[in-house]
Amino acid sequence: MTGNEAIAEGAVQAGCVFYAGYPITPQNELTAYMAKRMAEVGRIFIQSESELAAINMVLGVSAAGGRVMTSSSSPGISLKQEGISYLAGCQLPCVIVNIMRGGPGLGNIAPSQSDYFQATKGGGHGDYHSIVLAPSSVQEAFDLMFSAFELADRYRNPVIILGDGMLGQMMEPIYCTRKKRTTQNAQRTTQKKWALTGCKARSPNIIRSLFLAEGKLEEINKILQKKYKKIQVQEQSWEGLFLEDAHTVFVAYGTMARIARGLMYGLRKKGMKVGLIRPISLWPFPLKAFCNLPGVRRYIVLEMSYGQMLEDVRLAVERKKSVEFFGRAGGGIPKEEEILKKFFKKKVEL
Amino acid sequence: MTEKIIIAGSGGQGIMLLGKVIVQAALLGGLNITWLPSYGAEVRGGAAYCMVIISSEEIFSPYVEKADTLIIMNQPSLLKFKQRLKHKGLLLINSSLLRTPPKEGLNKIYFPFTEEAIKLGNIRIANMLALGGYIQKKKVLSKALAFRAIEEIAPAGKKNLIKINKKAIEEGIRITR
Repeated sequence: MTGNEAIAEGAVQAGCVFYAGYPITPQNELTAYMAKRMAEVGRIFIQSESELAAINMVLGVSAAGGRVMTSSSSPGISLKQEGISYLAGCQLPCVIVNIMRGGPGLGNIAPSQSDYFQATKGGGHGDYHSIVLAPSSVQEAFDLMFSAFELADRYRNPVIILGDGMLGQMMEPIYCTRKKRTTQNAQRTTQKKWALTGCKARSPNIIRSLFLAEGKLEEINKILQKKYKKIQVQEQSWEGLFLEDAHTVFVAYGTMARIARGLMYGLRKKGMKVGLIRPISLWPFPLKAFCNLPGVRRYIVLEMSYGQMLEDVRLAVERKKSVEFFGRAGGGIPKEEEILKKFFKKKVEL
Repeated sequence: MTEKIIIAGSGGQGIMLLGKVIVQAALLGGLNITWLPSYGAEVRGGAAYCMVIISSEEIFSPYVEKADTLIIMNQPSLLKFKQRLKHKGLLLINSSLLRTPPKEGLNKIYFPFTEEAIKLGNIRIANMLALGGYIQKKKVLSKALAFRAIEEIAPAGKKNLIKINKKAIEEGIRITR
């Protein structure tokens, strides 16, 4: 299965009842897979007339209580930002998949990680955060869809799956047999007390992001901030390798983390004490991963961008350790040899 | 064992499919795999390539910087990828679509896959002839696994194509022997 297809299948099994999207490379296989699969399970697939229409349809169905998803790639995700801000303001759960490509502008269709800022720091207007998860293999892309829908519902908040063109296009084998859960997950609507399900025998629910009464919006913002604080404490996730003895630690996510992982094992074979921190949740950023690592002398941040996650790593280590960086963007994939040349004197056979 | 392969040719030659059959066969043989296509605006006649890794160990980056094997199906692909072959790597070339005369060398193998495919009655199975050549020269995958992969990949309703593809693999093994 390709990464795109695994994400789509994961969404179906996690109980996504409504998908709307507009085609864009390199995530087209996701939309195509959904077109076929959603009809098979009797749910709704819409190829919308635009990205704006897709995100706003998602908002509507989410308000009605369904598990909903949309997907796109960088320029399309930019178009969706207004809707994402509204979803955050209305406190509506949804899953948004961004299979990143090169930017800025229309850019190209090569893999990239240049939308980190947009995904983790807001993207749309207003003081809000989306939860951001970054898979680094096709299996993980599938698995994280379950967490994504759970987190969205638990916190009534948009969740972004941040992948890149390489992850979307590559094929790897996966285990995906969770058929029993599929129907259960799709029936979650009934459990959402806040959803607009018809107010017979109960007082009406109101969902909106417009609060004009004096002081009301500030009050809402305080509620949101309290929620974000809770997410930051509870939902940090990461993978740490060889952190007990490492002097040098690579920090990378998604596809870039796979390159870093290969480098790390190569260097360890040479007897060098190298480790890896791979953030899985990009927001909340896994600050906890950087605590209590007295042996680490330097962090090397690797990205397919010109240093976006780098800023969060610097905040995490608070200038106490050296933080170095290598990245390429616009479709350039950092090569193992150029990373080794920049940071290590030794030549390593990988 | 880790085997990194780049397969390149022009759109329509079945480059992606050849990669898929290799990874499917490897998967059936219990190996780890990754398959990464070039996914640009590929059209019939344009450039197309895919990167395949099969390994008994964990595979890190799916991107192939230096390949153990290059399977080259036309002239432009040779120019584009010949630098990417490892020292002593296997270079398998479709000589039917080569403008420059072949330069023989160690592990450099030329076969007219397209011409042989025409002889078998279907120009589109040149890719499977190349697969036969790969099976014969590298001994990483077995013919039986490749046959099973073909059976699994063939879409329902197109099962009649299994036979000619198997025949092409066998012929590929024979001519490269």
